[in-house]
Parts: sequence; structure tokens; C-alpha cells
Amino acid sequence: MDGTPINRDLLLEKAQALVASLESAETSDEQLESNIDEINNLRDNSLFQELGKMTREIHDSIMTFRMDNRIADLAEVDIPDAKDRLEYVIEMTEKAANTAMAVIEDSSPLAEKLGGEASQLKSQWDKFRKRELSHDELRSMGHDVETFFDESEQMTSTLLAGFTEIMMAQGFQDLTGQIIRQVITLVHEIESNLVELVKIQSENIAKDESRPEEKKEETKLEGPQVPGKESSGDVMKGQDDVDDLLASLGF
Amino acid sequence: MKILIVDDFSTMRRIIKNLLRDLGFNNTEEADDGNTGLPKLQSGNFDFLVTDWNMPGMTGIDLLRAVRADDKLKSLPVLMVTAEAKKEQIVMAAQEGVNGYIVKPFTAQTLKEKIDKIFERIEG
Repeated sequence: MDGTPINRDLLLEKAQALVASLESAETSDEQLESNIDEINNLRDNSLFQELGKMTREIHDSIMTFRMDNRIADLAEVDIPDAKDRLEYVIEMTEKAANTAMAVIEDSSPLAEKLGGEASQLKSQWDKFRKRELSHDELRSMGHDVETFFDESEQMTSTLLAGFTEIMMAQGFQDLTGQIIRQVITLVHEIESNLVELVKIQSENIAKDESRPEEKKEETKLEGPQVPGKESSGDVMKGQDDVDDLLASLGF
Repeated sequence: MKILIVDDFSTMRRIIKNLLRDLGFNNTEEADDGNTGLPKLQSGNFDFLVTDWNMPGMTGIDLLRAVRADDKLKSLPVLMVTAEAKKEQIVMAAQEGVNGYIVKPFTAQTLKEKIDKIFERIEG
């Protein structure tokens, strides 16, 4: 950093006064000391001025940094908001895992039951083939077969519905993925702001350094709605709201 | 019936693909955004498009606009399946000519209803 230039004219004037005092036999020691002090003061002043200027610049930089609303927003709004969103990610993944587990737990006994009934019928059938069944046993087997047909139809559709439920539960991957991407973007922004802060500390950066421009979009995409999070503008609560809105538009 | 599914998340494409198969639509293809989806539409004789909105590269709304601006594709039925739930977005999609709009998370039943409705409308 360049120092504040010493006022040369003033220095010359003081120096000439000192020389004049020295050359004159009548000058007192006090007078000489006062001449030297004046020259010293001149140097001290420019040092103080320089120090003052540096202090002001650092102060300005820090103030600019602090006044930047985006920084305040990051700390007060975005970070707590990101925490809530991540909590919601945990909630969604947990719900999906539980949904899948529940369907599996409910379905396994059904599959076991079907298998068990099938093997029991098979042993009856084998007896029948060997002509070992009595008339009554044959009639009872006919009844069992009918029941088995009904049950397999019913259970198969229950199992298929379960499969669909498990599949739909996997939709969490898309929704949580979108939320996590938003948080990653936020982390990047915090990172670049921290870098800027470090710059201010290590050097007196030029204040007009251009900031990364915010991405412009016709409507900012918000991604999945997080419960308890206010969103800008009107947000549909669910498919019914969407259907009502579209109906009002003539759909 | 040949259907193109456009979504950047492969899990969601798979879910939609399976749901469509359950509904009897076996002929589906996939793309991960508008940039890869549009050329497929232009060269592939598709009868129906299911698209997400928020995708890197070309978004669903831009894909919808491109479809409506293309002479060969402009009457292609388009169903949007997206997490975007703001009123202005749904209105925008409607203005751009979307045929149906489903917000995620959705149910298999909702998808069936919307598809039925779209085809009823087209046939009727």
C-alpha cells in the first residue's frame, strides 16, 4: 500500500528553519529542539493519516459485508430453513421405509398361506390320482379347490396392490433429491461468502468486485412443498386444489 | 399407444413406467430432460408425453412450449407430473397448453384418472 505522501513544501520549510536556527549563533537549544520536533511531527502525522485511512477502509469493507442482506438472510433464514428441509428429508425417507416394511410384513403371511393351501391341495390331488379318496373326501376336496381359487384371486390382488404401494413409496427419492439439491446450492453460496470474508480479512479488497448474479427465471422453481414452510405466492395444498384451479380455468 | 416419460430422477421414471404398465400401456420410453426428450418426440411417433417440470437442461415447461410450437407435435397430449405446486405455475402450464397436471407426491389412482380424462377428452 502506498503511504500518504509527505508534504514536501512543508518539510522543506521546516528543514530550512532548522538550518537557519543552526547557523545562527543566537539560537537556544530549546529553539533547536522545537525545530526538530516540528519535522518529527510532520512524519508522525502522515503515518497517522495512513493508519487512519487503512482503518477506515477495513471498517468500510466489514460494514459492506455486514450490510449485505444476503449474508443476513443466509444466517437468519436460509440456514434454519435448510435444517427444516433436511429434517423433512429424514421424515420422508423414514416414512417410505416404513411403508415398504409394513406392506412386506402384511404380505408375507398371505403368500405363505397361499403356498400352504396349494401344497395341501396337491397332497389331496395326489391321493385322488391314486384313487385313494373316498366319495366324501372327494366332495370336500372340490369344496377346498373352489375356496382356493377364490382366495388366490383375492390374495393376488392384495399382493399386487401392496407392490404398487411399495413402488409409489419410492417417489421419496425424487422429492428428497430435489430438496437436497437446494441445500447443496445453499452450501455453495455460504462457501463463496466465507471465501469473501477471508479475503476481507487478509487484504483490503476492492469493494466493487462483482457478485455472482442470481440465476434469473421467469418463475423460481420451488420444488416439493415442505410442511410448515411458507412459500412465495399461492401454493396448492394437494391434487384436489390443483384440480379445482384447473377446473376454474376450463379444464 | 407409445408414451414418452421425461423426468431427471430415474426412480420417478421407473415408477411412472410401472404404473403405466399396470394401466395397460407397455410401450414406453424415457428421457431425463427436455433436451434429450424433444429429439425422441420428433423422431419417434409418440402418442402421449408425461413430463416433470424442474429438470436441469431443458425444463418441462420449455419442453411443452417446444412441443406446442412444433407442427408435427403440437397436438400431442401432455401430462405434467411435478412437485411444483404454485398457483401461477399451474396457470402458466395451462396457458402453455398442458392437458393434465399432477402434483407429487401422487397416487396410482390419480395418474389413472388424469390419463383417462385426457383420452376421454381427445376421443370425445
